[in-house]
Amino acid sequence: MTVPYLEALQEFEPVIGLETHVELGTNSKMFCGCAAEFGAEPNTRTCPVCLGLPGALPVVNEKAIESTVRIGLALHCSIATWCRFARKNYFYPDMPKNFQTSQYDEPLCVDGYLDVEVGGETVRVEIERVHLEEDTGKTLHVGGATGRISGATHSLVDYNRAGIPLVEIVTRPVTGTGERAAAVAKAYVAELRDLLRGLDVSDVRMEQGSMRCDVNTSLGRPGEPWGTRTETKNVNSLRSVERAVRSEVERQAVVLRSGGRIVQETRHFSEATGTTSPGRSKEEATDYRYFPEPDLVPVAPDPAWVAALKAALPEPPSVRRKQLVTQLGLSENDSQAMVNAGVLDLVLATVEAGAPAAEARNWWLGHLAQAANSAGTSPDELAITPAAVARVVELVASGSLTAGLARQVVDGVLAGEGAPDDVVAARGLAVVSDEGALGSAVDEAIAAQPGIADKVRGGKLPAVGALVGAVMKATRGQADAAVVRKLLLERLGVSE
Amino acid sequence: MSSTDLTRRTAAETAAAIAAREVSAVEVAQAHLDRIAAVDDRVHAFLHVDAEGALAQAARVDAGELSGPLAGVPLALKDVLCQEGIPTTVGSKILEGWRPPYDATVTARLKAAGVVLLGKTNMDEFAMGSSTEHSAYGPTHNPWDLDRIPGGSGGGSAAAVAAYEAPLAIGTDTGGSIRQPASVTGTVGVKPTYGGVSRYGLVAFSSSLDQAGPCARTVLDAALLHAVIAGHDPADSTSIPLPVPPVVEAAQKRDITGLRIGVVKELAGEGYEAGVEARFAEAVELLTALGATVTEVSCPHFGYALPAYYLIAPSEASSNLARFDSVRFGLRVGDDGVHSLEEVMSLTREQGFGPEVKRRIMLGTYALSSGYYDAYYGQAQKVRTLITQDFTRAFEQVDVLVSPASPGVAFRLGEKLGDPLAMYRQDLATIPSNLYGGPAMSLPCGLSDGLPVGLQIMAPTMRDDLLYQVGGAFEAALPAPVPSLSWES
Amino acid sequence: MSQITREEVAHLARLSRLALDDAELDGLAAQLDVILGAVAAIREVTDAADVRPTTHAVPLENVTRPDVVRPSLPRDAVLAGAPQAEDGRFRVPQILADEA
Ligand SMILES: [Mg+2]
Ligand SMILES: [Zn+2]
Repeated sequence: MTVPYLEALQEFEPVIGLETHVELGTNSKMFCGCAAEFGAEPNTRTCPVCLGLPGALPVVNEKAIESTVRIGLALHCSIATWCRFARKNYFYPDMPKNFQTSQYDEPLCVDGYLDVEVGGETVRVEIERVHLEEDTGKTLHVGGATGRISGATHSLVDYNRAGIPLVEIVTRPVTGTGERAAAVAKAYVAELRDLLRGLDVSDVRMEQGSMRCDVNTSLGRPGEPWGTRTETKNVNSLRSVERAVRSEVERQAVVLRSGGRIVQETRHFSEATGTTSPGRSKEEATDYRYFPEPDLVPVAPDPAWVAALKAALPEPPSVRRKQLVTQLGLSENDSQAMVNAGVLDLVLATVEAGAPAAEARNWWLGHLAQAANSAGTSPDELAITPAAVARVVELVASGSLTAGLARQVVDGVLAGEGAPDDVVAARGLAVVSDEGALGSAVDEAIAAQPGIADKVRGGKLPAVGALVGAVMKATRGQADAAVVRKLLLERLGVSE
Repeated sequence: MSSTDLTRRTAAETAAAIAAREVSAVEVAQAHLDRIAAVDDRVHAFLHVDAEGALAQAARVDAGELSGPLAGVPLALKDVLCQEGIPTTVGSKILEGWRPPYDATVTARLKAAGVVLLGKTNMDEFAMGSSTEHSAYGPTHNPWDLDRIPGGSGGGSAAAVAAYEAPLAIGTDTGGSIRQPASVTGTVGVKPTYGGVSRYGLVAFSSSLDQAGPCARTVLDAALLHAVIAGHDPADSTSIPLPVPPVVEAAQKRDITGLRIGVVKELAGEGYEAGVEARFAEAVELLTALGATVTEVSCPHFGYALPAYYLIAPSEASSNLARFDSVRFGLRVGDDGVHSLEEVMSLTREQGFGPEVKRRIMLGTYALSSGYYDAYYGQAQKVRTLITQDFTRAFEQVDVLVSPASPGVAFRLGEKLGDPLAMYRQDLATIPSNLYGGPAMSLPCGLSDGLPVGLQIMAPTMRDDLLYQVGGAFEAALPAPVPSLSWES
Repeated sequence: MSQITREEVAHLARLSRLALDDAELDGLAAQLDVILGAVAAIREVTDAADVRPTTHAVPLENVTRPDVVRPSLPRDAVLAGAPQAEDGRFRVPQILADEA
């Protein structure tokens, strides 16, 4: 028995909070020189430092500090004049030292905000802190039916990700959102992602895990203290952020209505069911035993340097959006359609990557919107970047791809086959305009449809279209249609 | 020349003879390997001897590929420093068989300087102890009396030097682990300024206190070794980016006229053996006779150094030792397909760590726990500030401070094993310098009941040269006693 | 007065991942009690109240490295010390608890 979301929020007031982890796009890891890259062979981007070998010591990546300060500034935070790293002590096999080098009571950035638009209104989400820490390795659970931890016979650990710089952005509790709670959560994460993309500090790919959200939700009766909150971990798409809030609201409402109590716990979100389930809790509360990291010295950002970083910040996404829409001469209707489809920023980014506005618009409102729809995800979570779309547009413009081939290339990118040029090479999708290579296909088409061939010979030129279509089909769209037509007419002894 | 003669030489003499081609580095290395083979079954200074590597390195020196003030001189490396491909156990079962895939910075600098690494020396497990009895591989014996402890944690390094198995050794000093062994074995041991020698590749016990340094039979030898291993290292964030103090020049100066020396009032009396106090008093007289101005100085918070240390060091250790979890390296116990990872980790750590290590992990975990942090770890860090202020004020009045290095002479094996607090009190005089970060030396100042007594000299941070200036002058006036090694015959 | 209870010692052992048996627990409870009694003296240092704690012996700040990639270890060397490895990864027994 569930309580529908809207009904629940007529009875209870929600409080939400978001903790977002973002992997920075640095060249090297947080404390060592290993490459901070996605997708390398397991344990090939590791060294004594990021493996936590006895004796190894960390040294802070200066770019990570700079990126964190820029994020803090873009979120209107105060930047610490002096702060330290701390050790967060707990045992887990994906954490090489069994402590995470993080920040505790002295974060780099505090007290900021991010304004988000929801339903035409601006909601201010307050930021409590932005701090810098290191990511963990990745664990593969083997032997269980689902690849999940329960039921597994053993696990395999890859430390390539261990030590990649991770920024944690924590909001203050967001109150008073009522039925917009889920939409605000989603809008906040979307706006934050766009802001980080604009700062060029991360590739912010939720589906690859370079941006991950923990969503806190609680319900209370109006006029009463806030309820107990639950923490839904690792919510990895915009759509899921919204669904996680909705499902927790609905679940908690049932418990509260029946006079039950909400347990403060960690919960997991299931993409498949859209609901949360309790994490396996430990028998005792964890005590992280934080203390200042003695292997690292304090960080004291020079105020002049901070001021210079602040002065050089790019325009925030909301402002940039308006500017670009005007610049590109997009109509109010057009931009509203793109906002509704959730592709405005993608279109703008594709234009910034070099594509004409009309092409960018067509891709994102057309083929890509359909692809997102059939995959049950939002367009920005598709496995294709605006830069890749711009590259496909460029390949078409240069004649290397036909429109049909371009769609195949895009589908290849979406399927994870690599960048557009990789897909073209791997699938052999370049336009075939070599007359020799097309010759046999042309001959076969003529032989297969002698009646049509005769009509063309007899002067009915438009009939050649059927033959062109047959050749295009035989060559899986890779032929240049103009060349095919020319060849057919030659073979049939007809001139235009 | 007989191989005995080769092992009795100082490092400076050996380096000069090799440079002059009077003897080859290979002959010197072989003489020391022979010496180890002859006596180490009784001393047990070494956990691992790398004869092949030592001879290969010596051959490179002879071939002229490596040179420097210590090229060709053999050295014993405390088993807490990583050496690529060579077993590194930290005296613990939990690392048995582990061969690091990298060199510590100290190790790399020694290799580059042509120093010949003979092997790895015994130590209290994870450098926690003052007798080497907490080694998982059995104790080291004091060459002055095999029934006695050689000090700890670096007892293996000190004993190797005292027993002529190596002219030089590297130790590490977190609360006295270079100086107390030096004191009880009649050798010279120096804890450099914290941050003066890179900690990269030094298996951490207490990160804010650990420091590697030289062990030798003479002050000059220690200085030569100090100069090789010290200096800024970008791989250690706490490494000081300043030039190495002129330690070798200072060791050769042999003049302390007009130098102001302070006797620390609080490092005397209760807990110090009478024989130690007597030798120390004579040492102070000698320093006066050598032209120094000696005054008494008070450091009122030194009495709290021991409790502060026994909160800070275990706290950091409890975190540093968490990585020994059976996942990436080292021992694994109980992996039978039934036990969970949590159980395997706990069984491994239970069996892999010895009692003293477990005691300190538990103590440190307690001191860092929420609810106790402020009262214990936090308060200890504040006391550390007060101790630092004591030093700073003292160094406004005097150039260096002196005290006994160890409250007693070498005690008998087993004597203090059942009483952790009695063991901890061995570090009464050495701990303040670790908490402050400044350099300190122990050098021989005579015998009590036939056993060596150590004089401790403490200097301001990055004034390591003052230790060598005072030590060099003192040693010239009172040469170190020589062990009889009667057990050899 | 006792500084630490046996239950606290058992809790510390779990936090520290040490599978202590009963005898060891009892022994450690007694030893820790003595040691904590000895270090409790530190709480008497009243002039520490307004003092800033020293966490680092060297007064350094802002020690960083440029964001430059350096070679990683060869994977053979990475896995050479592992108690168990499989498919280029470190193999561990089944994990019970979730990540904190
Ligand atoms: Mg975090
Ligand atoms: Zn690394």
